[in-house]
Formats: sequence, C-alpha cells, structure tokens
Amino acid sequence: MTPSAPPSPATATATAATGAPTATAPSGLARALRHRSFAIGAVLSLLLVLAALVSFVWTPGSPYDMDMEAKLLPPSAAHWLGTDAFGRDVASLLLVGARNSILVGVIAVGIGLTIGTALGLLAAARRGWVEELIMRMADFTFAFPAILSAIMLTAVFGAGVVNSIIAIGIFNIPTFARVTRASANAVWSREFILAARACGKGPWRITTEHVLPNIAAVLIVQATIQFALAILAEAALSYLGLGTQPPQPSWGRMLSEAQTLMFQAPLLAVWPGVAIALAVLGLNLLGDGLRDLLDPRLARQR
Amino acid sequence: MLHFTPPCPFGSPDAAGAPQNHSMGPFLLKRLLTLVATLAGASVVVFVVLEILPGNAAQMLMGPDASPEAVAALATKLGLDQPALQRYGHWVGGLLTGQLGDSYAYGTPVRDLVLERLSLTVPLALLAMAITTVLALLAGVYAASRHNRWGDVGVMGLAQIGIAIPNFWFAILLILLFSVKLQWFSAGGFPGWTEESGGSPLEALKALLLPAISLAVVQAAILARITRSSVLEVLREDFVRTARAKGLSRRAALWGHVLRNAMIPVVTVMGLQFANLLAGTIVVENVFYLPGLGRLIFQSIANRDLIVVRNCVMLLAAMVIVVNFVVDILYAAIDPRVKASDL
Amino acid sequence: MESHSAPAMPLLEVSDLHVRLHTHRGPADAVRGVGFTLERGETLGLIGESGCGKSLTAMALMGLLPDRATTRGSIRFDGAEMLGQSEAALCRIRGRRIGMVFQEPMTALNPVHTIGRQVAEPLRRHLGLSAAAARTQAVALLDRVGIPRAAQRFDAFPHQFSGGQRQRITIAMALACGPELLIADEPTTALDVTVQQQILGLIGELVAERGMALILISHDLGVIAQNVDRMLVMYGGTVVERGPTAEVFSAMAHPYTRGLFAARPRLNVAAPLAAGADAPGGRMRLPTIAGTVPELVDLPPGCPFAGRCGFTVPDCYPVLPPAVPLGEDHSARCIRLDAVAAAAQEGRA
Repeated sequence: MTPSAPPSPATATATAATGAPTATAPSGLARALRHRSFAIGAVLSLLLVLAALVSFVWTPGSPYDMDMEAKLLPPSAAHWLGTDAFGRDVASLLLVGARNSILVGVIAVGIGLTIGTALGLLAAARRGWVEELIMRMADFTFAFPAILSAIMLTAVFGAGVVNSIIAIGIFNIPTFARVTRASANAVWSREFILAARACGKGPWRITTEHVLPNIAAVLIVQATIQFALAILAEAALSYLGLGTQPPQPSWGRMLSEAQTLMFQAPLLAVWPGVAIALAVLGLNLLGDGLRDLLDPRLARQR
Repeated sequence: MLHFTPPCPFGSPDAAGAPQNHSMGPFLLKRLLTLVATLAGASVVVFVVLEILPGNAAQMLMGPDASPEAVAALATKLGLDQPALQRYGHWVGGLLTGQLGDSYAYGTPVRDLVLERLSLTVPLALLAMAITTVLALLAGVYAASRHNRWGDVGVMGLAQIGIAIPNFWFAILLILLFSVKLQWFSAGGFPGWTEESGGSPLEALKALLLPAISLAVVQAAILARITRSSVLEVLREDFVRTARAKGLSRRAALWGHVLRNAMIPVVTVMGLQFANLLAGTIVVENVFYLPGLGRLIFQSIANRDLIVVRNCVMLLAAMVIVVNFVVDILYAAIDPRVKASDL
Repeated sequence: MESHSAPAMPLLEVSDLHVRLHTHRGPADAVRGVGFTLERGETLGLIGESGCGKSLTAMALMGLLPDRATTRGSIRFDGAEMLGQSEAALCRIRGRRIGMVFQEPMTALNPVHTIGRQVAEPLRRHLGLSAAAARTQAVALLDRVGIPRAAQRFDAFPHQFSGGQRQRITIAMALACGPELLIADEPTTALDVTVQQQILGLIGELVAERGMALILISHDLGVIAQNVDRMLVMYGGTVVERGPTAEVFSAMAHPYTRGLFAARPRLNVAAPLAAGADAPGGRMRLPTIAGTVPELVDLPPGCPFAGRCGFTVPDCYPVLPPAVPLGEDHSARCIRLDAVAAAAQEGRA
C-alpha cells in the first residue's frame, strides 16, 4: 500500500505542461498573464523597450534643439510634458533617455552575467581553493558599492557613460558569481550529475550540458533584477554628473538640472523620476513574476 | 535583490549529547582575522586604483598646463618618487596613526577635514538606519500577520514602489513638498551641531531629517519584504505549531518564538544593505548640499584632489567592512547553531 | 484525576465532526462525520494512510486547524463544547489540559531557545510558576523522560540532542502541566526502529502513571497493536471500522482493514517462498490494495473506499454506509460485509 499526498500545485502545472488532461490547471501563458506581478512587470518593461525603440524613428519634439524662447513651458498640446531650461521638449528627452537606460542596463548586466557566471561555474566545478578564492573576492567587492566603484573609476579615468557602464558592470560580477555558484552547487550534488561523471564526462561538458540549463531560470531572474539596479545606478551617476554626458539625454541628469529650478518649474523634477521609477518597478515585478513562474518551488509565499 | 545564503547553521549533536564548547573566543578570533585581511585587501585595491593607475598624481593635481618643474617639485613633496610599495606602506602607516597628509585643494590636514565631515555623515547614516529598522520591522511583521489579505498586499505594493524609487528623486520630492510648498524645512544646508558653528543639536537633527527619510525609504522597502518573507517562513516551521499546542496565543508565539528566528536573515541583510546606505549618503548629501563625507569625495574629484579621495574611499570601505563584521558577530549571538559549526 | 459523583462523563465526546478544507481546486471534506468517545484514562488508536484525515481530526481537537478550514459538528471536552470557543479559552486548554506530541522531533523545538526554557514555558504560562520553580519542575520532567544529567542539560540547545532525545523533550513539554489527555500524532514515525520502542514504552508508562487518556495516531499496525485498548480505522476522512484492538485484529471486517493487514510483509510465515495459493510461479506475493488514495476533492459522497474495493457495487457510491455492529463495541461501515466474510472463509480476501 503506497500512501500518497495530494499533488502539489507544481505537479499540477507539470501535468498540464506534458499535456495530460487536468480539470482546471491553466496553460503556461494563461497562468503567466494571470500572475499579477508578471503581467504588470511585463507591460511596464515592454513600454520601456518600446519607448526606446520608438525614439529612433519619432519623437514628439526635439530633444536636442535648444529654443530659449520656449524655455520652462508648462505641459501643453505642443509640448506634452513641457520644456526644460533650454527649451527642449521634455517628452522627447524622456523617450531618448530610455535608450540610454537600456543601453547601460544591457551592457552592464551583460558584463556581470558573462564574467560572473563563468566565475561562479568555475567555482562550483573546481571547488576547493578556487572556490574559496573566488568567493572571498566576491565578498570583498561588496565593500565597494556600485556608486563608490564608479566614483573611483571616474575619478581616475574621467566621467562618461562608458566608464559608468564599466563600473556598474564590474559590480555586477560578484553578484552573478555568488548566485551562479550557489545554484550550480545545488545542481552538482544531484544524482544525475553523478551518473554523468560515471559515464566519463568531464567537468567542462557537464557544466555546459547539465548545470547551465538547470540554473538558467535563476540567472534570468537575477538578470532582470540587476538590470533594474543598473538603471538606478546609472541615474544616480548621471545625477552626480559622472555618468552620461551632455548632449546625450539621461533621466538622472534631467533630475539634477531640474533641481536647481525647483521653485520655478517643479514639474520638471517629477517626470524623469517617474520614468525611472516605472522602469525599475516594471523590471522588478517582471523578475519577481519570472521567479514564481519558472520555479514554483521558489515561489512559496506570494 | 541579492540572493542571500546564510552561513551553514547546523552543528551535529554528539552521541552522548554532551554540550559542545560554546565559547565565543575562537569564533571571534577567526572573524577578527578575516576583518583585518579584508581591510588590508581593500586598502590595496584603493591604493592601486587611486594611486598607481592614474599615473602621475602630481601631474593630475596640477593639470596639463603646469610646468614640468612645478610638477616635479610637487611630486617630490608628495613622495611620488619613492617606489610603490614604500608609498603604500607609508600610506597605511599614516592611516593607522591618523597622519593622513594634507589636502591639496584645501591646504588643511586631511584628517581634520574628514573628522569634520564625519560628524555629519555618521549621524545621518545612523538616523537613516534607525528609521529604516523601525519602518521595515513594523511593516514586515504587519504584512506577515495579514498574509494574503489587503494589509499584506497594500504594504508589499508600497514596498515595491519604494524599491523602484531612486533615493535622490525621493529626496527632491520631499524638498518639493516640505520646503517649497510647505516651507517647514530648508531646502538644504547644514547649520552645525554647536552654537559656534551657527546651529544647535536640534537644528542639526532637523536638517538631517529629510535626508535620512529619503535614504530610509528605499532601504526600508527592501528590508520590509525580507522581514515579511522571513516571518512567513518561520511561521510555517514545526516549532511554531508546538508553541501553539503548548497554549501560546498567535501573538505570544509570534513575539516569543517567531521573531528571534525570523530576525536572523534580516539582520544579515541589514549589514549588507549598509554598504548601499553609505553609497546613498554620497548622493543624498549632494541633493541637500550637506557638507558630509560623500560631498567631500565628490568635490575632491572635481578638484582632482586624489589624496583626499583616496582616504575617504578607504574610510567608507572600512566602515562597510567593520559593519559587516559586527553583523557576523550579532548573527552568531542570535543563532546558537552558528558558533558550534563555524570553527 | 477527580471523579464525578454522577456516572462519569466521557472525557472527550466527538460527534459528527466535519472538517472542510478550501483548496485551490475547490472545497474538500477532509473529515466526514467522525465520532467517538474517550473515557478518562482510556487509550485509543487512530490508524490510516497519509491523507485519511487522522491528523486533521487531532488538530481539530486542539483547535489548531489552518485558517482556510471550516469545522462543524461537536467536540465536547469534559462536557464543554470546544468548537466555537474563543481563542483565549482554547489557549487555556492547550498544553494545560490537552498535551500534544508531533511527528517530527528534529524540527519541533525552537532552535534558538534552550530546551529547559521550552519545557518550562507551559509551566510558567499556565501554572504561573516562578522561573526557579519552573526550572526545578522542568528538570524533574526531563529526568523522568530519560534525559541524562537533566540539570546540566537544561541550558543546552535542541541541536545538541538526537532525534529520540528531542522527542523525549517534546513529551516532557506536553506533560508539563499534567494534562488529562495526551494526543500523540505519529510520535515514532521519524525515529529509528529501536528508538521507537523506547519512546512508545515511555509514553505507555507515563500514561498509566498519570491516569491520562491517550489518542495515538499512526499508520503502523505494529504501533497500534501494542499500545492502545481501542482503535479506529480511518479512510478518506471516515471511520470505516472501530473496536477493541484485540477484536479488530482478530476479527477484522471492513475490506480496507483487511487490505491493510494483508499488506504487511511477514517474514516468519511458514515457507514464504513455497507455492502459495495466489501465485502460479511458486512465490507468495505481497498483497497490495489496488489503486491509489484519491484526492479528497474527488471523493464520492458515499463510501470513500468504493472503486478501490474489490467488493464494490453501485450502491456503495451514493450514500455513506451505516455502521454495522459486529460485536462488543465493534462495528464497520460497509454494506458488503457478508460478501467480505464469505470471501474470507474461502481464503480469497
């Protein structure tokens, strides 16, 4: 006699995925859309990408042309969100600024993802002193938050978007290394890895063929979250003047320009912040939603 | 959000059930050694990045237009003609004894400059941390107790928004509301702690309030989420069921049994978040024109005063490392399983 | 325990207990119409597979069901109705008049408190003892349950004890205030076999010593056989057979009970590898109950065993079978008992 517990929600989903008939378990996409966080996050993230893409072909006004006649105008039909201190259209500045945020996010996360994951996989595969060393180095870099590292680098090499991307990217490396190593270790200790090793597979092949696919979900989730953090970090650096330089629009720099004009045009200080907040919120919700959907066991409390 | 993995908690009971050595001694020693090693490592990194990499620091300080003779004279004065290792040793020796050299831009000893600035940054960070802790714990425990009901959803929704808001933008919004509109607070500046510098303790605190709040909101949002999930996780543990079966009410079980266990990961994350808090002070000080450490670093970069930058960065890194050390110790104090296994 | 001048009221009277869980697939009746009485000092066993509702019944007795469960029926403890009581009143009963021991000793204790503090906690809370008095009594309890050097171990932490010792500690905790009823939910399932016997023996001694009533829950027939006077067999949230332990063991009637017993591997039966009545190949196969336990949501309104049972007829499905009396206090819920008995005679069931 075999006692069996009632199937958990995870297995209900798995059954649905394999096509076995279940009464009420919804399909993958339907479930994804029903998940509140994922839906909202996906919409907002999509808006961000769309804004950036649209800005390549069309903007409501011009983000570059200065028109001192038209400076500090309130929102109107001609300028949906008004104009800034140099007469530039705020709405256009926001759209082009989205480009900037995405660029920084993608490259910085890319750096962290590739190098950090490689280090983490190496640590998990080699164990021993290699792992210790890599993890000590990772712990150590946490003493230097992104802002601090960026400040150091820009102090030495000068301000600019390239240096801030590199700084943020370098800070992403230990995060991905840690996450990768933790997940990879969990995979390495599983039975099917033992079987693969018994078949004579080397650690390189095991890593690429078995470990990597199994930790992909965790990495995707972490990447979306780091993307959000990168946008925040770039905004802070631009606000300080260390990031994207003029004339390239940047949400962070728009805020610093607006701050000096708070008494005259308070709204100018609102729009860029809303843009940043919505972008980061969207990515965070997307990441949370993905985490729940890709591995319900991690979801636990929602 | 960082994925957090606590140190391995479980020691094994020995067969006879004899109590193992729970003294803090060996544990503390090991942690102290790690602390020293990390500080040393940080100093190397800072030195390499800010002293070696820039090349000729004297050239940087004086700018491209200075005459070679002037540059050479400054270089000798700064000791740049000595080998790197010697300069490093000189610097570390200076750090330990408090001889930090003179600021090129201000002409004053760096140590005085730094101490003066610290008298603003440290209270600011502490105030922010205090506000964060209170907000986060209350919000997190409340959300956990209203799990899946509107209280939970509402608080967590606010937390999500809080995480997404840049702290400097929130600072600007606070200024817009409280300084521009309501005129309750000034839009920036710092009067000083003492009468002679033009202020008073109360005035000083008032000036630090809005900055501390803007720092606290983001940190509290992150911490509230972690508190909530930690409390929820502990609530599902078997020993909570045992406590209820012994006759403890929900509230008694929460305060007596759940919270101490739930705080373990929370405290550790607070330590990790301190680095972000300090990083935040750099930005927020600029928003409010507060003459703190962050603003000093920032201005020194503009002035190319790398000596100041170097020392301040090292100081900030050291603060973070020390705080993490304290958190580790606290962790062991709260969780009795850690000491036994961590030797 | 004190006795009434009138004919002794049962310590525990459960009638028509229903527990409904609200799962994501809809409502599921996890306990359906369970009823039994328990006198003071009596021992009762609840046996059944995982998911049959025995643990939920116990949790309902304690008022510790999850929030998403609804209960109806009646649970009278010492004459007073427990369902619908305020949480504060229930807190006064739990740990004080009813003690409970759970299945997982490794996780039942708070890892950051000393064991002494946890054993003393009910003493301080319910009996209002001072710290010193509670400590003395707690040490005595720990000593009684077999923790060596109890006075020194008082300040030790749970992770310094083995599973068997932790279970002893939880037993000490449950008994601290001298309850009238002890509920032990699978107290030995997570322990090694040798330790199981020790723990069961300890429980038996303590129960007899203090005149407590005992409800022992298990899925293991061996545990039930030696430790309780009466037993209830549960399946699908219903009691399908009940009676004195000895009688049920010797004269089991319900097809599920018979299936449970038949499914035990027996190592010292004569010639197990010789030609058996069942298998053409010459070896005796371990009989199993065909099918799997259905999800609670999917159970029919009638007999929960219908469909898996070899004696199912269409009449089994619509209505829960009434309890058919079979002897002194022994009954089973089945409309096919005659067929079952007949098959048993022929050696088939």
